[in-house]
Amino acid sequence: MSLLSITAMQTRIGQYAVLHNISLEVPEGGVFVLLGRNGAGKTTTLRSIMGLWTPSPGSVTFRGRDLTGMHTAEIARLGIAYVPENMGIFGGLTVEENLVLATATGRFDKVRLARITALFPALETFWTKQAWALSGGQKQMLAVARAIIEPRALILIDEPTKGLAPSIVGAMAEAFREIAQGTTILLVEQNFQFARSLGRDMAVIEDGRIAHSGTMAEFAADKALQDRLLALSA
Amino acid sequence: MTRIGDILGRYGGVNLLPLFVAALGFVLIGAPASWVTLTVAGLAMGMMIFLMASGLSLVFGLMDVLNFGHSAFVSFGAFIAASALAFLGAWLGAENIALNIAAMGLALVAAILFGLAAGWFFETVIIRPVYKDHLRQILITMGALIVAEQIILMIWGGTPTAVPRPAFLEGAWILGDVSIEIYRIFAFGLGLAVYVALYLVLNRTRIGLLIRAGVENREMVEALGFRIDRLFVAVFMLGSALAALGGAMWAGYQTLISPALGAEMMIVVFIVVIIGGLGSIEGTLLGALLVGLVGNYVGFLAPKMALASNMILMMAILLWRPSGLRPAVR
Repeated sequence: MSLLSITAMQTRIGQYAVLHNISLEVPEGGVFVLLGRNGAGKTTTLRSIMGLWTPSPGSVTFRGRDLTGMHTAEIARLGIAYVPENMGIFGGLTVEENLVLATATGRFDKVRLARITALFPALETFWTKQAWALSGGQKQMLAVARAIIEPRALILIDEPTKGLAPSIVGAMAEAFREIAQGTTILLVEQNFQFARSLGRDMAVIEDGRIAHSGTMAEFAADKALQDRLLALSA
Repeated sequence: MTRIGDILGRYGGVNLLPLFVAALGFVLIGAPASWVTLTVAGLAMGMMIFLMASGLSLVFGLMDVLNFGHSAFVSFGAFIAASALAFLGAWLGAENIALNIAAMGLALVAAILFGLAAGWFFETVIIRPVYKDHLRQILITMGALIVAEQIILMIWGGTPTAVPRPAFLEGAWILGDVSIEIYRIFAFGLGLAVYVALYLVLNRTRIGLLIRAGVENREMVEALGFRIDRLFVAVFMLGSALAALGGAMWAGYQTLISPALGAEMMIVVFIVVIIGGLGSIEGTLLGALLVGLVGNYVGFLAPKMALASNMILMMAILLWRPSGLRPAVR
């Protein structure tokens, strides 16, 4: 059984229909990549899963449980974390406060925290600094760290490499590989090289519809399909 | 200039503004005794305005709600405290200081309890249907303020209501040529105690952390698993209770209050919130102290400019810092 099933999901934002009959099966474990051009509907898909937009009609089920109509906070408490495109960092809070807010009890699991600071050593350096003072890459590390400070079954990550320096993108890929050993990641990405290095399964969204789905290996081997759906050579 | 800014920043930055205003006031006023009296009056007034404005700032910042009805809580707080004090008249004049304190305490508690209950009602019935719609918020909360004024007029009448003070807060301390009203010291102390309590709650507790995070990004707080809508109600009730407490203290300060009190204070309260920066308790305190000090100094030096001084202060600060002195969100 899939970890996350999306069936005939349609999402409207105001009077505009953004998603049309999206159906997707995200298996448990590894990284599932959602590719697509700007404005294709990738972010709307993640926000609809999180309950930040309400899909109607259609359904989203997580471990067999219907998420449709559930409050975002209840969806999060089922074990789904969300890292938005703008990272959603609380700039007025320190790095420590950003992380402690995401814990279930207000206390850190020391083993887990040690693992996170090993993945992102910069966070320990800036532990008591307010988050607005961090660089873009450090903010992204904090956003991802916040998503894994508690055990999660699924992490939705929206374009984590946007605007990051290549060296940080490499470090982020390493971190995602390690996180994906114990958690499923649904990754929205436009950086195909980054996505390709991580993804096991994938889908492409085009104009609010699933235009292709399959394994990353197959998609990476089909240059003509990549050009048609992502216009990579353009 | 950058170097001067860095040095000032290291020693407190914008937090030094009230000190700067006080120093400027000292130079312009010339007479030290008058300056001390005006400064104490300004600080006490600032603290009472802080009580009224702090809740509005949090509600504005956390809930993105433009509540023009906020000053209705100030009015009701003032009139309820006035009635409670009148009812406990025998305790007010008693020689036993414990009865004095009990009368004042009960009057303040009555205002706070009313603020909590009215805040819950206001948020549930009036605000909740108009979330995310600023135009309707302005219209409905302005309407609520007018209705509140009419209810006050109906209950307490149109003639100004006298507010008795407990004996322990009457009189003044005389230090040489300087006379300091005891009520002003009490108002300053109470305001400071509330500020410290709010600061500790916001900075040392998980609820405070949630409020500060919610002011910045409500959606993300929900995505972390918290029902922020439930927090909204609590913050709204707290803000209303603080406004009622501020109104109760203001009533004792003025000793004569009219139903127009809320509408009069609304402008000052909004100026303080805008000067301080939305959603920030520290900013609200800073704005309130500046408004209190500037209002008193200008009232002494150029009485005809007293009303305009707060507006000029707000315009000057917004030209310098468009988001206010210490906004919660950078």
